[in-house]
Amino acid sequence: MNEIIERVKNLSIGFNSQKGKQISILRNVSTNIKKGETVGIVGESGSGKSTLALAMMGYIKQGLFPLKGECLFKSEDLLKMSSRQLEKIRGRKIAMIPQNAGQALTPNLKIGYQIDEALRLHTDLNKTERDKKISELLNKVRLPSPETMAFRYPHELSGGQQQRVAVAMALAGKPDLLLLDEPTTGLDVTTQAHVLELLRFIAKDTGTSMIYVSHDLGAIAQVSDRIVVMYAGEIVLEGPARKILKEPIHPYTYGLLKSIPKLSLAGLPASMPGSQPQPGSINEGCSFYDRCNLATDNCKKNSPSLEYIKELDTNVRCFNYKELINQNNNLQTSITKKSNNSEANEVLKLKDVSISYAKQKFFDQLLNKITDQNPTVKDINIDIKKGETIALVGESGSGKSTILKSIAGLLKTKDGQIKFENDRILSSDLKMRNPNDLRAIQLIFQNPDESLNPNHTVEQILSQPLKLYFNLSGEELKKNIIDLLKKVRLGEFYISRYPRQLSGGEKQRVAVARAFAAKPDIILCDEVTSALDVSVQAAVLNLLQQLKEDLGTTYVFVSHDLAVVRAISDRVAVLYQGRLCEIGPSQNVYKFPSHPYTEVLLGAVLEPDPDIKPKLVAEDIVEEKPPEKGCSFQGRCPRKIGDICNSEVPPWQIGENGNAIRCHINIEELASLQQ
Amino acid sequence: MQSNLVTDDKQKNKLEKAFEILKTMASKPSGLIGLTIVLFHVVLALISPYIAPYDYKAISPNTMLLAPSAEHWFGTDSLGRDVFTRTILGGRTALTVTFFGSLIALLWGGLLGIFCGLVGGKIDDVVMRVVDAFLSIPWILAMLLIVSLLGTSTEVLIPALGFFYGKGIVRVARAATHDVIAKDFIVSARARGHSNMSIIWNEIIPNVRDAILVEGAMRWSWMLLGFSSLSFLGFGVSPPTPDWGLMISNARGLMSFAYWSVIAPIVGLSSLIIGINLTADAFAKALGIDRSTKAPV
Ligand SMILES: Nc1ncnc2c1ncn2[C@@H]1O[C@H](COP(=O)(O)OP(=O)(O)OP(=O)(O)O)[C@@H](O)[C@H]1O
Ligand code: SF4
Ligand code: SF4
Ligand SMILES: [Mg+2]
Repeated sequence: MNEIIERVKNLSIGFNSQKGKQISILRNVSTNIKKGETVGIVGESGSGKSTLALAMMGYIKQGLFPLKGECLFKSEDLLKMSSRQLEKIRGRKIAMIPQNAGQALTPNLKIGYQIDEALRLHTDLNKTERDKKISELLNKVRLPSPETMAFRYPHELSGGQQQRVAVAMALAGKPDLLLLDEPTTGLDVTTQAHVLELLRFIAKDTGTSMIYVSHDLGAIAQVSDRIVVMYAGEIVLEGPARKILKEPIHPYTYGLLKSIPKLSLAGLPASMPGSQPQPGSINEGCSFYDRCNLATDNCKKNSPSLEYIKELDTNVRCFNYKELINQNNNLQTSITKKSNNSEANEVLKLKDVSISYAKQKFFDQLLNKITDQNPTVKDINIDIKKGETIALVGESGSGKSTILKSIAGLLKTKDGQIKFENDRILSSDLKMRNPNDLRAIQLIFQNPDESLNPNHTVEQILSQPLKLYFNLSGEELKKNIIDLLKKVRLGEFYISRYPRQLSGGEKQRVAVARAFAAKPDIILCDEVTSALDVSVQAAVLNLLQQLKEDLGTTYVFVSHDLAVVRAISDRVAVLYQGRLCEIGPSQNVYKFPSHPYTEVLLGAVLEPDPDIKPKLVAEDIVEEKPPEKGCSFQGRCPRKIGDICNSEVPPWQIGENGNAIRCHINIEELASLQQ
Repeated sequence: MQSNLVTDDKQKNKLEKAFEILKTMASKPSGLIGLTIVLFHVVLALISPYIAPYDYKAISPNTMLLAPSAEHWFGTDSLGRDVFTRTILGGRTALTVTFFGSLIALLWGGLLGIFCGLVGGKIDDVVMRVVDAFLSIPWILAMLLIVSLLGTSTEVLIPALGFFYGKGIVRVARAATHDVIAKDFIVSARARGHSNMSIIWNEIIPNVRDAILVEGAMRWSWMLLGFSSLSFLGFGVSPPTPDWGLMISNARGLMSFAYWSVIAPIVGLSSLIIGINLTADAFAKALGIDRSTKAPV
């Protein structure tokens, strides 16, 4: 068990800047991977975790080169090998599973054929042996009906199934080391939990060592024996998973864990100030100095080295780590937020809203109506109060973004009405809305890279709404822009920056500022934090909450992340296949009784705690279309009671605690089932 | 890796930006060579009427087919005209016609492409089909028809060339627009209620401009070749206008004993084409557009 299969020694990797300076993005990294062990490498984007992982299979990205150090795989240096030698090792001894397996599979070849290719390349088995092995592998990764699976094309599989096929292919050569780079990022919560469970099983079953790279401590916590925490190209903390997650003794890891929203906690997670320094701008001293609340003068001048602490079996890079020992109870705290008073008036009402993407037939087009018996989104009734944050939760494809788009007028509704202030009906066509209604409803998007025009400066970006709605110009415009920047905690000097000159969190702040520029009544937030690092996510969530408390804005907050939703929202609406399942005050939705779908979602949440394992109660199959009749969740429901679920739309039942559940099971019975 | 270059802090004005791009272009040998060649040709074209030593159309039986000498640097042609004079003035013709031709191609190609990309759907389909159909006719034949109907004056040639070379630009502009309109910042502008014109002007054009300009620069060099081929075939500008295609065409029979009358225009034409090509490539690189990934049109 203690045999070391890969040893990284003093590895530094860097690139030459345009000015000819040598800039390192990995600095003096040393670590060991033991046989049969799963090591999680965690860090924010840009911390160098992928570069390290790729170097561990002898791969250096173009433009980068090793500055010093070595990667010894069974005492041979991978970085000195010829490409011919590496080919012999990759796939056979070290295999890799990429982030987006769907894209890594060849679209026009059958699954079975692709696995066969991998077997032919990496083993010496003959045809019949290979055929046997294929079904063995498909069985091992627990794909349903492996016999028929081999004859399917990648696009006929769901994201989670594609990821399983990628695992099967990686296992084809019986590797000693399996490298996984963000293997579950981008998958749905339930799928993610299933894939992680599979990986844990495979590690135990085959004794393969794994390196698991992720920004998500929740995922890392589920699979790792040991955790390596990277910051600005260095290892800052390394040790047994449990120790790292429960008693982090590095201020960065401590802050990181605090900034993760947790299901068990209402209120907002604490955020860390600042952001990770960019490669090349790292000065002498500790690279975490700017953001550290334990920093002393010593930290500014001297760089701490990685120190081994015997009692904890942990390596830590910090002068003042002792202050954090036995501090861990503080991890379970959060910032309480002001709740909305429920007396307020309703500003937005969705009444029987249905939305369809079906193409209009010719006659329907003439009559300007949509006939679709089974629309993507159906019968949505939500009343939103002024100043509240209502969250829409559900897996990918549940229609969350669709609903937001139709509120914004970007998508026509099929049936139903959207009413704004005093029951005035908003036209479902953008062009028919009056300018004041357009101003009153603003959108913030998931990915600030896409939502900010790359050719505009921050000033130009923010002046768009100010000019459009308020006709501002000259000095007044500039003053307003600076005020907005201040509101989102950005300095005046950002005014002339382009989006590419901003970090992810700063970009999202600009997007937030742009939405607030319109002085809106309602802001629609579509997964606004899911492209951000956790520490940045916490900061953006806190910012949104602060702005709301100051300005009384109403948020419709779409997210797939239940813990984030718990932190920010006052009320939660759970959607499955475009149909509402449950709606209620957020603290109640997280308590039972819940709709069976909510139960599944809650069970799949990954907490950064090795003792809280996800509960996998339903299959992670994906349904293409909502069922024509009956309960929308009938296809996956673990508590399905019979034919009634298939034939009749379940009634709304209101529990004692005020949350409404749409299920055929009696609500009291549901409560006792879920005990 | 993230490119978070916080270094260039102050906002550069347009002139500074253009200068920056030129500097980047010139930082590679190929770009520098290209720029130098183009600059040389442009300067020569601008000053040629003032430095031309002879009258380009003065025919003189006494000076027929003279070899290069101190008086006639590049020799004379079969009608006794000075080849040097005609070569530098020929560059002026070629550059003027193709420059304005490219401008027209850029304008109609770019605007139509952006329009198609923006509206999409049926209109886009129909327009693109028509554009394709028009341009599946061999352009030389079409040009033939046009010049035989309308004559060979530059007033005819410039728009005709501009029209034919705009096709590729329509495609590039349309593809670039397609990429951009899917982005959330356009959705965001639409949701705010900006007018279509404002969206095209503020959000789309700044993001497709570079791709279109690069394509235009590339088309320019092709148009140069096309224009000279037309003259060579006798459908371009008409004699006695000094023109490289015409000069090559007239002198090609005399190549074996009066090579000088054909060398100069050939060198002029090929160097300008190479120069524009190198410049366009450097331009694309400086703007960060990778031409190699674009499908050939
Ligand atoms: N333009 C479109 N044309 C046809 N179908 C669409 C279109 N956009 C979305 N859909 C479908 O509508 C359903 C709901 O999509 P929507 O984008 O609203 O989901 P979502 O809940 O926001 O998911 P995600 O978490 O992935 O963002 C999905 O089945 C999707 O495939
Ligand atoms: S060395 Fe100092 S600045 Fe660095 S993490 Fe430790 S306390 Fe903070
Ligand atoms: S109605 Fe039936 S299928 Fe639907 S959630 Fe309830 S038990 Fe499950
Ligand atoms: Mg969405």
